Amino acid sequence: MIEMKNVTKKYPNGVVATNGISVNIKQGEFVYVVGPSGAGKSTFIKLMYREEKATSGEITVNGIDLASLKNKKVPFLRRQIGVVFQDFKLLPRLNVYENVAFALEVIEEEPAEIRRRVMEVLELVGLKQKARMFPNELSGGEQQRVSIARSIVNVPKVVIADEPTGNLDPETSWDIMNLFEEINARGTTIVMATHNREIVNTIRRRVIAVEGGMIVRDEHGGDYGYEN
Amino acid sequence: MKINTVKRHFRESLKSLGRNSWMTIASVSAVTVTLILVGVFALIMMNLNKVASDLENDVEIKVLIDETAGKADEKALMEKIKKLPDIAEMTYSTRENELSKLVKDFGDDFKLFEQSNPLRNVIYVKASDPQQTAKVAKTIDKFNYTYDVMYGEGKVEKLFNFLNISRNVGIVLILGLLFTAIFLISNTIRITIIARRDEIEIMKLVGATNSFVRIPFLLEGMWLGILGSIIPIAVIATLYHNVYKIIAPRLKGELVQVLDFSPLVYQVSALLLLIGVLIGIWGSFMSVRKFLKI
Repeated sequence: MIEMKNVTKKYPNGVVATNGISVNIKQGEFVYVVGPSGAGKSTFIKLMYREEKATSGEITVNGIDLASLKNKKVPFLRRQIGVVFQDFKLLPRLNVYENVAFALEVIEEEPAEIRRRVMEVLELVGLKQKARMFPNELSGGEQQRVSIARSIVNVPKVVIADEPTGNLDPETSWDIMNLFEEINARGTTIVMATHNREIVNTIRRRVIAVEGGMIVRDEHGGDYGYEN
Repeated sequence: MKINTVKRHFRESLKSLGRNSWMTIASVSAVTVTLILVGVFALIMMNLNKVASDLENDVEIKVLIDETAGKADEKALMEKIKKLPDIAEMTYSTRENELSKLVKDFGDDFKLFEQSNPLRNVIYVKASDPQQTAKVAKTIDKFNYTYDVMYGEGKVEKLFNFLNISRNVGIVLILGLLFTAIFLISNTIRITIIARRDEIEIMKLVGATNSFVRIPFLLEGMWLGILGSIIPIAVIATLYHNVYKIIAPRLKGELVQVLDFSPLVYQVSALLLLIGVLIGIWGSFMSVRKFLKI
């Protein structure tokens, strides 16, 4: 599903964010990416949906070679990947329904199909009743649900989440994790960068630890391994 | 592109004008102010140009024919002049005719000369390009049976020089004004777009193509240009209507004339609309471009 070989990312200011990373994530896996701040987690994740372009090395996502992928074709890669952020990145002027529908509008889906699919995912994340509300009328957990709904509404093969529980209280975090587990259970690959020790140690999945731009540990069912 | 998408782009561009109403007002005002300046200036420039060409077209060459020339020689001379490349028109005037013109201009005292007319037969020549007058005059001077060739040597060169300089100054000023307009307007649009960079970022992350993101912004720029050119068009139309009413009657029968309301005002209006729309679209294009690199 996601394959990296010797991937190095060097920023123009000289910082080497990832230094020869090689990893293979299979379809349907649930992967935590852990590590201290500034270790290269975010870059590692951004490389997968081509927000950042690797300086050297090979990356293949769902059969697409990202090194030779032309900038013009990047949107078509992104349509196969859902992205969830720590700060939700919802559009404040659009209501819940419109925020989710937005992801389908930009890929020029038929209006009837948009309505059907949006209602379907809103039901899945439990926000069908709040479809007409605006982001600022929702709690943090609810906003993150909207953002998750948006990331999965076009049925991506993989969902990439960058600290999705970073801004949420512990209880809400568990709700969000349950949602990710449910999405994963439907066969969607999940790659999640996180600092949440409790979650990693409780919901045991594959753990990739990144430090100094390199993978220092990669074990299935591993623990968080850092003191918070 | 699907028809639904086209409709969406138009809807979005209009919605966004309303949503960012303050920024819309700011951009439209910027367009309005600069286009009024451009419009007034264009009116002045085009009229100055008209005055200049009126003056230029009044320049003619007076060829005095030698007294020794017979009818056939005069005819041959005229044929030769006619064959020159830059001749617009040519008229022949007899010495008697010339004298009566003098009498008409300077009074009956000149009637004395009717007994022994000192004047010569004359050919009046106009160059098709007035700026070529001197060259044409010198060529004609070399022909046989010309006694003298006059075109206001010295004065004509000075006049042309002056007109050319004022034209160039005008062009430079208009270009400078347009440049300022582009700069001002694209900067205002840039501010409105910076405020919406999150929107662009999300669009890109959920897989929107660059053109999909760009088109509503370009349409928005177009609306700004159209809205911004309404007031300037009204202003120049009213202004010119009134100024024309005052100036035109006073110039009646004079050598120089101002341009009529139509088609000048329609041309300048179309020009302003075009500039507004192009600057709006261009300003949006340049501003969005930066944020598409995600």
